[in-house]
Amino acid sequence: MACVVSLRDITKSYRMGQELVEALRGITMEVEAGDFVAIMGSSGSGKSTCMHILGCLDTPTTGSYALEGVNVERLSKNQLAEVRNKKLGFVFQGFNLLTRTTARENVELPLIYAGVPTRERHQKALAALEMVGLARRAEHYSNQLSGGQQQRVAIARALAGDPTLILADEPTGNLDSKTSEEIMEVFEKLHAQGITIIMVTHEADVAAHARRVLTFKDGQIISDRRRQDGGWAGPGGQ
Amino acid sequence: MELFLALKIALRALAVNKMRSFLTMLGIIIGIGAVIVMIAIGAGASKVIADQIASMGSNLLLVVPGSATAGGLRSGAGTVPTITYDDVKAIQTECPSVERVAPTVRGSAQVVYGNMNWWTQIQGCTPEMLQVREWKIAAGREMTATDVESALKNCLLGASVAENLFGAEDPVGKIVRIKKVPFTVVGVLESKGQSPRGDDQDDLIMMPITTAQRKILGNPFPNTVGAMLIQAKSEEVLAQAEEEVTALLDQRHRVGPNKERDYILRNLTEILAVSQQSAQVMSLLLGAVASISLVVGGIGIMNIMLVSVTERTREIGIRMAIGAKQRNILLQFLTEAVLLTLFGGVIGMVLGMAGAFTISKLLDWPTLISPQAILAAFLFSAGVGVFFGFYPARTAARLNPIDALRYE
Repeated sequence: MACVVSLRDITKSYRMGQELVEALRGITMEVEAGDFVAIMGSSGSGKSTCMHILGCLDTPTTGSYALEGVNVERLSKNQLAEVRNKKLGFVFQGFNLLTRTTARENVELPLIYAGVPTRERHQKALAALEMVGLARRAEHYSNQLSGGQQQRVAIARALAGDPTLILADEPTGNLDSKTSEEIMEVFEKLHAQGITIIMVTHEADVAAHARRVLTFKDGQIISDRRRQDGGWAGPGGQ
Repeated sequence: MELFLALKIALRALAVNKMRSFLTMLGIIIGIGAVIVMIAIGAGASKVIADQIASMGSNLLLVVPGSATAGGLRSGAGTVPTITYDDVKAIQTECPSVERVAPTVRGSAQVVYGNMNWWTQIQGCTPEMLQVREWKIAAGREMTATDVESALKNCLLGASVAENLFGAEDPVGKIVRIKKVPFTVVGVLESKGQSPRGDDQDDLIMMPITTAQRKILGNPFPNTVGAMLIQAKSEEVLAQAEEEVTALLDQRHRVGPNKERDYILRNLTEILAVSQQSAQVMSLLLGAVASISLVVGGIGIMNIMLVSVTERTREIGIRMAIGAKQRNILLQFLTEAVLLTLFGGVIGMVLGMAGAFTISKLLDWPTLISPQAILAAFLFSAGVGVFFGFYPARTAARLNPIDALRYE
């Protein structure tokens, strides 16, 4: 299968006061199209930094990152914005919906920046909301929705632009376990439709929904397990 | 389409903080309002003067008697008529830059028609007066040379006199009595309105200078006239005409070391041009002072936009993560700033116009609001929005997406 993400020797270091923090120390990984990957690790392990680099929100200090074969580490800010708009969909821990804005308008946002005409934008937004089971709430304001519903709107927003890759950063972090399950069902459904998903989480039962689990520690990948029928396999298992 | 959406977003953002938006706009409202009022006042003053120049006639010199000394006794200016008919004729024939000369005598008298009567100015003059002052006839006919030569008892009524004596009746051909002398009204003058000094120019009766001197005003000094209006051939030769007339009169009146100049020559056009210039300078100064408040208002906009950018850092982060380019963010915040100033500008304009109207009603000060001033105020307020909104908008656009997303 085609390779969607290819990271080679990615390092990321930044200054925090006097200290030089090495958040990532040589990450090399590949993600194939249609895969569902969970990245696990304790806080400070570098998983969020890796996520930001994958999401083109941050650039690596060294190393190369190819997204669908295109090297993105040297792109300009505007080109990165375009990559985020066309190829990536984000789901955040804190939902990050715009307040005082309806669910449909939130979902339309990436389409607006992509320059999609009004009518088509409406249709796509409604289709994406339909996919997460919230079509009936399209005209509700985001603050009128429950946490689980807000996260589903956020997923619809990530889906609206037909991205190659969906990145979810602790998507269930702010939700109770029952709602978390509902959200994970949505991700399962997306995976079943062949959408590539990379998700950061520190909860094992959430990661259990993924097909592949990468574990980070001190800026390095310490295990890479793949779920096969009936069990987990791969080097470095705990 | 993008602009339309940016407008929608901006309107929504402004509506969230209504009080804050209003207070921010207040600076612009006051600024634009003040500029409009000040320019209206200044333009009104200039227009009054320009109208007066037009009503006076163009390229005019006025010669009036000055102080005359007789046996060491100096009389006040104008006490003794020192200008003669011969002076008039000499100027007409000997000064090449002079188009025409209109001698005049002035006085006042009671005028009676039927059971109506009116105290008014009597101006004795020649047909040249109407040409020099560019004064048209509203009804009847003009004064003729024959009227003057034969000292006929014909007269022209100013518009105010005609109205006071005749009301709606047609005065042409009627007989009025001026100091009990019957005169035939041969014409009515067009209305000229106020003079530069503020008196009613239409409150007068014109009659041949000969008739005025012989029948009405009397003339203890034969062959003299009260004053003369001299029209130069063009604006370019006005100064030259002034020199020629001065030289000729000095020579004729033997002005020298032993004799003071016994006439006064005034360049009326120049005087008014100077006062018009000063009115323009005044309106410019008033406008400049008012613009300061506009600048202060603009700084207020900038301040609030910076606060707004900080407050909405997270929103900016979300938009960037979703694919907003720097350009999109810049446009969004710039639209918001321009919308603020445009709303403020429009409200300020309405208030400014109301203010100008009130001032002209209450203080009886002429004001003038030109479409250009409105357009300029509109563009200027938009310009203030762009100028003072640009820095905050650029600050927003240059945020790092990851920093903006993490911002708490």
